[in-house]
Amino acid sequence: MKSRVLVVTSGKGGVGKTTTTANLGTALAMMGKKVVMLDTDIGLRNLDVVLGLENRIVFDIVDVVNGNCKLKQGLIKDKRYEALFLLPAAQTKDKTAVTPHQMKNLTNELRNEFDFILVDCPAGIEQGFRNAIAGADDAIVVATPEVSSVRDADRIIGLLEAAGLGKSKLIINRLRSKMVKRGDMMDIEDIMDILAIDLLGVVPEDETIVVSTNRGEPAVLETASRAGGAYRRIARRVMGETVPIETENTDNLVDKFKRMLKLAR
Amino acid sequence: MALLDVLGRIFSKDNTSSKEVAKERLRLVLVHDRNTISPEYLNLIKEDLLKVIREYLEIDEEALQVNLANEDSAFALVANIPVKGFKRTRMAEVQGSSMT
Repeated sequence: MKSRVLVVTSGKGGVGKTTTTANLGTALAMMGKKVVMLDTDIGLRNLDVVLGLENRIVFDIVDVVNGNCKLKQGLIKDKRYEALFLLPAAQTKDKTAVTPHQMKNLTNELRNEFDFILVDCPAGIEQGFRNAIAGADDAIVVATPEVSSVRDADRIIGLLEAAGLGKSKLIINRLRSKMVKRGDMMDIEDIMDILAIDLLGVVPEDETIVVSTNRGEPAVLETASRAGGAYRRIARRVMGETVPIETENTDNLVDKFKRMLKLAR
Repeated sequence: MALLDVLGRIFSKDNTSSKEVAKERLRLVLVHDRNTISPEYLNLIKEDLLKVIREYLEIDEEALQVNLANEDSAFALVANIPVKGFKRTRMAEVQGSSMT
């Protein structure tokens, strides 16, 4: 299988880039793929805590690109999956500590070893963004159903296109079906009309995300988590499977009951 | 609270859902966002325009204005270029004997 470099980006902060990276990476590893996740948010690293790997960090991405350690020494192996790795961001440097050229070389080197290289992009459109997209084949844009997030996503899609990443896909995150039904939140169709890119998946607002982040265990590991289920379906779509997009009515009574019994997939 | 919300919605003059408001505001803001060009880019256009016009006319480069104007859904590059004088030699070259 040809390896793929996917950058997870959004423009706006706090919409779920890191959560998406952690869950998608873990879900792909659950499907038997060799996956590495790169945290490029230098100075504000967080992917390590979301994955519960913060105590294992010795070297970081800046050490690796500057040759202070070997690539293999910088990679941290996941607790749960043998074939899942993290390359953490540096915490004491800033975004200029890495160049787009170095990022491209790094992702190319990782292609030899991994099926998927997921790049967690920092918020903003400055050098951190330039670095994160430098070696990417495709982009995943994360947006929440809010004016500010959709506006920033539109800007990011334009910048990605200008950089030659024209086939970006969208994840709508934190959708609240109750608010949509009430007419107080934009629905999937509203957002797709505005952004005009392909939809990769819809993740519902879900308290289990907070719980799993508290514990450092991605929600995809929790069979009963609705958000986790959405991320598992996203992973299957990334693998090329045709999985229907979840609508607001997906959550019917039977599903609720199954979840109560923890039978839901 | 919920009851107040419902009553508020029934009695308020403006009963469009907040989602419709969001969509309309987004639509307007994106029309602007998508069609803005950076000052750097505009400067590049200005520099190149100057280069060409300088060949033919003496212009007041300080007073030169180049802007992208947006009216309704149409865009226009509007340039205001004050002419200080004519390049007699260049005109003679091109127009030949008819100049005299």
